[in-house]
Amino acid sequence: MSFKVNGRTVEVDADPDAPLLYVLRNDLDFKGSRFGCGTGHCGACTVLIDGHAVQSCTTPLWSVSSAPNPEILTIEGLIADPIGALVREAFLDEQAAQCGYCINGIIVSVTALLKRIPNPSQAEILEALSRHLCRCGSHVRILRAVDSAIRMLTP
Amino acid sequence: MKDLPSSIQKSPRLNQWIAIGPGKQITAYSGKVELGQGIGAALTQIACEELGLTPQQLQLVAGHTGCSPDELWTAGSQSIEVGGAALRCAGAQARALFARAAASVLGVAEESLRVERGIFSSAQTQRVTDYWSLAGEVDLSVEITGDAPLRSPCDYRIAGLSLARPDLPAKLSGAAFVHDFALPGMLHARVLRGPHTSCRLEPVAKEALAAALTALPGVTAVVHSGNFLAIAGADEEELVRALVKAQKIVGWTKPQKLCVQGEIEEMLPAMACESSVVHLAGAPQTPVTQHRARYSRPYLAHASIGPSCAVADPSGGPSSHLTIWSHTQGPHFLRDQIASALGREKNEVDVIHMPGAGCYGHNGADDVAFDAAFIAEMLGTPVRVQWMREDELSHSPFGSASLVEIEAGLDAGGKISSWHLQVWSHTHIKRPGWDEGINLLGAWAIEPAIPEPKDKDVSLPAGGGQRNAIAIYDLPHQAVTHHFITRSPLRVSALRSLGAYANTFAIESFLDELAAKVETDPVTFRLRHLADPRARAVIEAVAKASGWRQPGAEIANTGMGIGFGRYKNRSAYCAVVARVRVEEKVHVEKVWAVVDAGRVVNPDGLTNQIEGGIIQSLSWTLKEAVTWSESGITSQTWDGYPILTFDEVPEVEVLLLDRIDEPSLGCGEAAAGPTAAAVANAVAHALGVRARHLPLTAERLTRLIDET
Ligand code: FES
Ligand code: FES
Repeated sequence: MSFKVNGRTVEVDADPDAPLLYVLRNDLDFKGSRFGCGTGHCGACTVLIDGHAVQSCTTPLWSVSSAPNPEILTIEGLIADPIGALVREAFLDEQAAQCGYCINGIIVSVTALLKRIPNPSQAEILEALSRHLCRCGSHVRILRAVDSAIRMLTP
Repeated sequence: MKDLPSSIQKSPRLNQWIAIGPGKQITAYSGKVELGQGIGAALTQIACEELGLTPQQLQLVAGHTGCSPDELWTAGSQSIEVGGAALRCAGAQARALFARAAASVLGVAEESLRVERGIFSSAQTQRVTDYWSLAGEVDLSVEITGDAPLRSPCDYRIAGLSLARPDLPAKLSGAAFVHDFALPGMLHARVLRGPHTSCRLEPVAKEALAAALTALPGVTAVVHSGNFLAIAGADEEELVRALVKAQKIVGWTKPQKLCVQGEIEEMLPAMACESSVVHLAGAPQTPVTQHRARYSRPYLAHASIGPSCAVADPSGGPSSHLTIWSHTQGPHFLRDQIASALGREKNEVDVIHMPGAGCYGHNGADDVAFDAAFIAEMLGTPVRVQWMREDELSHSPFGSASLVEIEAGLDAGGKISSWHLQVWSHTHIKRPGWDEGINLLGAWAIEPAIPEPKDKDVSLPAGGGQRNAIAIYDLPHQAVTHHFITRSPLRVSALRSLGAYANTFAIESFLDELAAKVETDPVTFRLRHLADPRARAVIEAVAKASGWRQPGAEIANTGMGIGFGRYKNRSAYCAVVARVRVEEKVHVEKVWAVVDAGRVVNPDGLTNQIEGGIIQSLSWTLKEAVTWSESGITSQTWDGYPILTFDEVPEVEVLLLDRIDEPSLGCGEAAAGPTAAAVANAVAHALGVRARHLPLTAERLTRLIDET
């Protein structure tokens, strides 16, 4: 199977039923997407597929490769994406993390949101974050970072 | 001997703390590890301040048993108080020794020297020198005396600033956690466990079981010793799929000591306990009114977002050295315990700390490190084990449940005249290195089995179940009875703030009940019983910041409540006000907190800890409880153990009262109890109904309203 990850075309020889998360982490060495539950509850594994935030732990490889020319972005590739880089910068500026384990997935979701809607409402922000859990209680800062990213995007 | 910081007494040589290099850097060694609490930044600031360095010039190496000092555990909000004090003391002496060498090289008086960016200069000469040029002149293998003058906090330039966390850029880029660490030729492994820690493997023919498991695609090896059963394979994804099938092959006995789950307030007093009066002061005055109430908290899970993980390499060095990468809180204890459990010498094992997902106490980090070490030893190959979500929510130790009863009298002047608090709880600590024996889940399962040690709680002043059981108020009489429940139906150990969460929740709820009895505002009532100016200051400040209960500003179904505590009765002061709206459930709209943690090393880091502590406490208080059936833990997934979600998060405002002349105090756990009380008091204010048993779920509140 072949698709694009972080701007590079990759060949993957794995079981079509394998969740994308393991392929990204172990076969392709993109470790920034993380395992939290494997069941779609926590969002630690979230990646961008063709601009949509998707939980890679419940996304089988076949569903990715069946799309025409799929493009996947993980945190590693987002840094080269203008909006992704800006969102990440906002998170660092606000020190919006404690352990940081949940954050990359959240940055991915926020990037997807801001690519779609540069100036989202509070409800749209909460909707985008509804598939993410953070145990450290960094929520307040995460929301602040999202606001600051929006401000940076809409001068 | 001078009163040296406790960590220095344990590691008394200067080169155990400070080394010159690598390159144009200085290395500071610490036993206090980064758990997501931002301690790396704060310790860097403290060391830089004493040494006269910029943060970029300092490399902090923490939690490596091969080179870092043993500072016990990174726990109990002690890292600034203990770990910071040690680095301050060591840094001051290193700087003094280098200053002496610099004075002689430059031919100037020592007092004329200043050091900035690692460069020593003096008004008496144009010439300068630095740490690196002087490295050959100074012997750091000397005893730390504690005589070197510490820099005055008034002159601080780096400590006191909100230095950005040095660890975050990497974590927000890619591989950074032990979960992301891999070794060549490494196998992945998963341990099979029953639904409760006391479940044993159903008797089976060992060979047949091994054959059945090895036949599963993805499994290349099976490790079976006693009740320890693990599968391993090179491909993690295949292995995880095999795990699902393996779980169907393997049978478990029913849990041995699991009682039927009931309400905590009924379960705990029925359990066998050892009772003792742990505090008694003053004599009761004759009351005009008396009041008694009981409060409880359930068993709580750490529920870290990333399940515990470790990597072990049995061939990492000379003579079959065993190296383990772990997100443990106590690398030295873990090394000692794993060595002992595996029949190894300590010096044959090293534990290297690497970051893990958020750690709020004794979670599965140590257990999974043993799992990886044991499997790696048995297979003779590097092994990575990551627990599954179900493991994390059922096998990590839980925070103990507590029941608290308070009975107090009030005198004619509306003051408390007698006070008796009783607390029923299990141990709140059972981590590797605590008390005798080996505290590692896997070690209790292997053959020959290592016995699980008996439970023993922390005694006062720190206290486990009794932490913060002594009310911090000025009372003419106060008695505290501790009913230590010697066995727990669930595996329990340290969870953020230990017993302080329940005790503070109970004391602060009860104070509001007493205030209501004498028709006094809760803030006024607290201040009436508090002389300590620092305690008064945080309460007054939080009342002001929150616009406390303005007459005429009441809104239907909306209430404001306050909670206050001084963590461990000797650490940070924290006062919290919550505003809640109660409709079909409790909506926390806004939380204000004021904190006095002495001299603040990193204001943003401290604020982050308080914010996080508040949110986590809200999650415990509103939603969380471990559940079980007769076959084992049932709250094994995020569906069964829901935590606070983004749409439930209130606005949070934190104010720090910086006390430059007071020692820095730990604060990571300070907000837990006050937050719970503030919410319960706000609910009572909104509804006129007192909720005394946590969590404050919609079902409980409805039941309560129906009863009243
Ligand atoms: S790991 Fe994918 S949602 Fe939790
Ligand atoms: S920062 Fe630790 S889980 Fe979110």
